[in-house]
Amino acid sequence: MGAPADALKRALIVGLVTLGLAFPIVALRTDANFSNQLVLTQRWGLAFTLAGIAFVAAFLLALVRPVGFERTTPGKTVTSTPPHPFLRYLPYIGLAFLLAYPFIALGISSAGGTGVLKLVDTYGIQILIYVLLGLGLNIILGLAGLLDLGFVAFYAVGAYSSALLTTTFGLSFWLVLPLAGILAAFWGVMISLPVLRLKGDYIAIVTLAFAEIVRLVLVNWVPVTGGYAGISSIPKPTLFGFSLGSEPGSLPYMLGFPPSPIYRLAFMYYLVLALALAAYWVTIRLRTLPVGRAWEAMREDEIACRSLGINTVTTKVTAFAAGAFFGGLAGAFFSAHYGFISPKSFEFLESAMIVAIVVLGGLGSMVGVAIAATVMIGGTELLRELGLLKAVFGPDFDPAQYRMMLFGLAMVMLMVWRPKGLIATREPTVRLKPPATRGAPAAVPAE
Amino acid sequence: MRWLSEPLLAVDHLSMRFGGLVAINDLSFTVGRGDITALIGPNGAGKTTVFNCITGFYKPTSGRLALSHGGPADPAAVATLTRSDKKRTHGATPELFLLERMPDHAIASEARVARTFQNIRLFPGMTVLENLIVAQHKTLMAASDYSLGGILGLAKYRAAEHKALELARAWLEVVGLVERADDPAGDLPYGAQRRLEIARAMCTNPVLLCLDEPAAGLNNRESAELTRLLRGIRAQTGVSILLIEHDMSVVMDISDHVVVIEYGVKIADGTADAVKNDPKVIAAYLGVDDEEVAAAAAGSVRP
Repeated sequence: MGAPADALKRALIVGLVTLGLAFPIVALRTDANFSNQLVLTQRWGLAFTLAGIAFVAAFLLALVRPVGFERTTPGKTVTSTPPHPFLRYLPYIGLAFLLAYPFIALGISSAGGTGVLKLVDTYGIQILIYVLLGLGLNIILGLAGLLDLGFVAFYAVGAYSSALLTTTFGLSFWLVLPLAGILAAFWGVMISLPVLRLKGDYIAIVTLAFAEIVRLVLVNWVPVTGGYAGISSIPKPTLFGFSLGSEPGSLPYMLGFPPSPIYRLAFMYYLVLALALAAYWVTIRLRTLPVGRAWEAMREDEIACRSLGINTVTTKVTAFAAGAFFGGLAGAFFSAHYGFISPKSFEFLESAMIVAIVVLGGLGSMVGVAIAATVMIGGTELLRELGLLKAVFGPDFDPAQYRMMLFGLAMVMLMVWRPKGLIATREPTVRLKPPATRGAPAAVPAE
Repeated sequence: MRWLSEPLLAVDHLSMRFGGLVAINDLSFTVGRGDITALIGPNGAGKTTVFNCITGFYKPTSGRLALSHGGPADPAAVATLTRSDKKRTHGATPELFLLERMPDHAIASEARVARTFQNIRLFPGMTVLENLIVAQHKTLMAASDYSLGGILGLAKYRAAEHKALELARAWLEVVGLVERADDPAGDLPYGAQRRLEIARAMCTNPVLLCLDEPAAGLNNRESAELTRLLRGIRAQTGVSILLIEHDMSVVMDISDHVVVIEYGVKIADGTADAVKNDPKVIAAYLGVDDEEVAAAAAGSVRP
């Protein structure tokens, strides 16, 4: 065995390395005095304290995980073993939670937590918009393996086309929603054409450039897009022609509910939840269709695809079109929900965020996308208001200023811990034998 | 002599240049229907280039690659098709294809020429079974009404998928990989990956199977198994096989017809026995003394 002895050895090494590093940086400190001379201060106590902390932490870590970080072997796709029975019901538990979320938020706020509007809007709707965007990019990047760094272009096309169609022509949101998706899909086809002959990094550069073109057009085509001023007072969606606000004649008013903005917010929450679930379902279906299998095969080996009679041109075009469609839906929802859009919402940072969601979640994994979107979007919002950190770093500490740094640190840790993303296993689209053990039904599309 | 009496593929005056380098120079040979044809030659002779031209990965500089389905091609019909600007005939018997005019995926799906690669190209992250299902893309795509019917879960697509699974299972049994069907293809041992690549090519239902060094990296026992496998595939499906191979024991064992090329030029063409004793082939493989070269140069100019 000798596990404690081994752990002690490893911890001793870590402690000595920390001491060695701390010696020049921490133990010796130079300050300028009044006459501008450098004064050497020695802080051996602090250096030894740090080394001691590292030693104890390394010892405990080595006891818990004898092999340290080398546990996961990157570069190999692991097909999942049959899931634990609890995991089989996890999707249903998750779905139930999502459906009940507005009521849970109501409970939290009445128990004295954050306001219900913020809980539903920031943590509910905003995260779900990113889930929808992530699911769209998941088709292009996760399944087809095309590194699209300009996904925000589809989001922008969807948002602006729906905003312009509703404000200029007075079309209903329900008509504009699919139209925005289709227009974004057209833009996806347009982008895919110059990309057809490119591979890997070059696709990233071209898509990045296309997204910038879209943004610059939005900024400069002032007569149509309003430039930086954007488009405002975009009408809110209605339910069968009834408004969901609180004014007389609206649905909650007629039902005799007390006036509150929560009804519309809950409605928007369920709308974006329905869109995200639809995207999830469609992607599951597409994966088991020849087109979805061709996407994944193209990600694995494009030349082999061509040798099997798969036209990689149409395969790439359909991947871009399908991914862009979901991006367009997200854009249409975004414009209708916030009622105001401007080019500031469609900058490169958004693309980077969506790529990070797909990569962190694990390429191709839809549950991973949902978890990563929750962690990334919810996490940055949560860090903004974490009073707890004030207790650690003193009252001057403003968590909002450090949130991007903490967030970056968390991402680095995550990539060290799970280099292939949160969910690195790939569920086969078809099996010859149903997954044995525990009587799991063969047809469950457990992702 | 089926390659003369009943050709499936006729390679006519094929040339391929890369800038100033002439990889194939005016190469002509035929592949017989139902034959196992071996294309051999020293390293760098241009064998893989010929394969890449036949399967459309390269566009030949000049020459014609005429393939016929369901019977020997009528020379007049081939000439008519060549003069027209069409890639293939539609509804003629035999159906004619000019491979040099077709894109690679159409050669695989329409002309039904399948291939394997020198360095195995599987879809490593997908399962063994999925590899074989992807190969049936064309049939399944049509059955799913180009995804519209499939996304709604129509019975027609489910029936087609069931059929595809049965075909995949049959091929898995042939290559002995049923047990590994649900494992990632990249996890298979090398020899099994080679067999899977052949099975995957066969799932496209080809008339011509092109194998680029199928025995490379296999030990003697595995090579013997491969020979048996290829014979079995031909007996079962009647597919014609064109293979590049360096392992002479495999070549001499299974080939009905051997074509030898060196520096992109054909130097011998015939049965395995005839080629084995051809002095030019022996010279190409074993090298010759300088005097002999001088004598040969004096006697005749090489074509």
